[in-house]
Amino acid sequence: EERGYRSASGAPITLRRRQHSASCRELTVRCPRLQLRSLSAVTSAVWLAAYGLFVLSENSMVLSAAIFITLVGLIVYLHFVKIDQESLLVIGSLGIQVTSSYASGKESTTFIEMGQVKDVVINEAIYMQKVIYYLCILLQDPGDPQGVSEVVPLFQSSKPRLDCLIEVYKSCQEILEQRKTTPQSS
Amino acid sequence: MVLKVFFPSCCSWADSGIVVGRWVPEQSSAVVLAVLHFPFIPAQVRQYLSQVQRVTGVSVAVLGSWSNSREEKEERLSEFLEDLGTIFSHEPWIQISKEGDSKFWSCSTLQTHSKNPKKEEIILVYYDQRKVMLSHLHPPLDAAACPEHRAGAASKLSAIFDTVGKSKILFMTDRYDDGPIKMTHWQSDGVEASIIVELMKQASVPACMLLSCLLWLISGLCQSRVLKVWPLSFLWSKLSTCEQLGHRLQHLQAISSSTKAQNHTQLMRKANIFVSLLIDVALGILLMSWLYRKNRIGHLADTLIPVADHVAEELQDLLQWLMGAPAGLKMNRALDQVLGRFFLYHIHLWISYIHLLSPFIEMILWYVGLSACLGLTVALCILSDIIALLTFHIYCFYVYGARLYCLKICGLASLWRLFRGKKWNVLRQRVDSCSYDLDQLFIGTLLFTILLFLLPTTALYYLVFTLLRLLVVVVQGLIHLLVDLIDSLPLYSIILRLCRSYRLA
Repeated sequence: EERGYRSASGAPITLRRRQHSASCRELTVRCPRLQLRSLSAVTSAVWLAAYGLFVLSENSMVLSAAIFITLVGLIVYLHFVKIDQESLLVIGSLGIQVTSSYASGKESTTFIEMGQVKDVVINEAIYMQKVIYYLCILLQDPGDPQGVSEVVPLFQSSKPRLDCLIEVYKSCQEILEQRKTTPQSS
Repeated sequence: MVLKVFFPSCCSWADSGIVVGRWVPEQSSAVVLAVLHFPFIPAQVRQYLSQVQRVTGVSVAVLGSWSNSREEKEERLSEFLEDLGTIFSHEPWIQISKEGDSKFWSCSTLQTHSKNPKKEEIILVYYDQRKVMLSHLHPPLDAAACPEHRAGAASKLSAIFDTVGKSKILFMTDRYDDGPIKMTHWQSDGVEASIIVELMKQASVPACMLLSCLLWLISGLCQSRVLKVWPLSFLWSKLSTCEQLGHRLQHLQAISSSTKAQNHTQLMRKANIFVSLLIDVALGILLMSWLYRKNRIGHLADTLIPVADHVAEELQDLLQWLMGAPAGLKMNRALDQVLGRFFLYHIHLWISYIHLLSPFIEMILWYVGLSACLGLTVALCILSDIIALLTFHIYCFYVYGARLYCLKICGLASLWRLFRGKKWNVLRQRVDSCSYDLDQLFIGTLLFTILLFLLPTTALYYLVFTLLRLLVVVVQGLIHLLVDLIDSLPLYSIILRLCRSYRLA
């Protein structure tokens, strides 16, 4: 099912939960889309600057260079920077898969085995002048059973607020609890 | 625990049969390697599997059954498949079936000996057998971690990767073969091999042997006593071309050694060296073909002498400026004239030598340019050496200025100590007080004053020539940086990462 929430900066985001089976859940957060007004603001600023340079220098290469730069910059932004949705696939006893898909369709995934996952927690962080909450996966330290070797933060570009994070946290913990109740040997 | 079945995507269109693979009890997961088709004789199947197990070390067994019924479900087939479970006793017996063209599969297990029969959850993981087969999962090389921790912390999924990777021999026989075993796996579409790769593998062995013989001869020649006589060995150590050639010789020796690479890092290193040598030689030949077209060598030789003349004239102007009142500073007239005339004479000598060489420059350049076919790095090193030779006079000036300045500073320091009544104790390596005689003090003070007032002149000459030498060193340094970059860039790894990233797990 799908519900709407707000991100840390106030933009609207949606969370979609799908339960594939008793031990497999998929949680997808869709980020705010690229706004038409910000795109047109940036484009007109660049083109006005280029036109100003053209008036000063009388060289028409400036205009074509500005168009080229705008196009290339838009493509680079869509392919490498703008994240469309971030999803978390939790499969009990196999692992957790984190997928970020960019606006141009590119997807980058990271898979973490269940043996390495210690826990999934909500942390607070001081970011500029605000305190924000973020969800992260704690990885087990192989040498020290009580220690944490690495912290993997999730949903970094959509930055959901605490109410959305609590829903995700509850879904993850239901599956993570199962591995504690079932014994290790079959 | 939840039962996990890893099923290869290439077997999803296979006909019905039994499923062969490895059962990993610690993780409660079954890795399916191939599907064996009817008809078969159970005894022969067992014999074949034990053969495979002996060769690969992977415990391959019959895990279950696969039924792909294109028509409606047949009752007899399902009973037959359940009976198979009793012939090949495996716990648990996995039954996977697909009906007609439906997208949904059904997967169930049959546990005959379990104590508490409960409905277990099964996760079916679809994997691309070809890519898993070709990828290598490397454990992190952490020598500091103790061995028992490393064994426990090893990734559990690496067992899956290893299972597929080690079972290469299982993938040799096919359903189209005429033997008693008919299997379907990723090679069923045709055994994948490339003619070029096979030919290269066959040709590489004699080529390696030939190359290593040649290299042994060349290195024997280089180590001979004739070339180790003192003036020559000093010259070889100063020229960066010889260093680069020695470096490349080492690389060639590393590649052409007949022993196979022990582990993955050595293999990657060999491959990187090979690709970098290839690219180097290709770029060198490209440069050569560009240079020798349209008589560019001749143009280069023609412009070389005027450039050297121009540099010498600039240096002469600089020295005249220093001999006057440079930047408004007042120099000591006598010392100035002496140093200035000395350096001017030096430049005059240098120019006459260059003019003496000028008829031979074109020929020398032509033959030296031929060595660019050994690689772009060699050509760049030769360029750096030519720059060093052409600016040799700047180097000489720097050495003279530095020596003079150093002597002056040492003299000043020791006379300053005398001025204060102290002395440097060489035995104790420290400054001690000392009582000097009157005449010693007198002469010392005089000398100190002379040296002090001559200091600005010497310092200025030192500064100017050090800056010039710095300029030349910076240019040479940039060329050497480029050479090092070409030498050490791991091009093979970069290309592999871009094109076939599944091989670099």
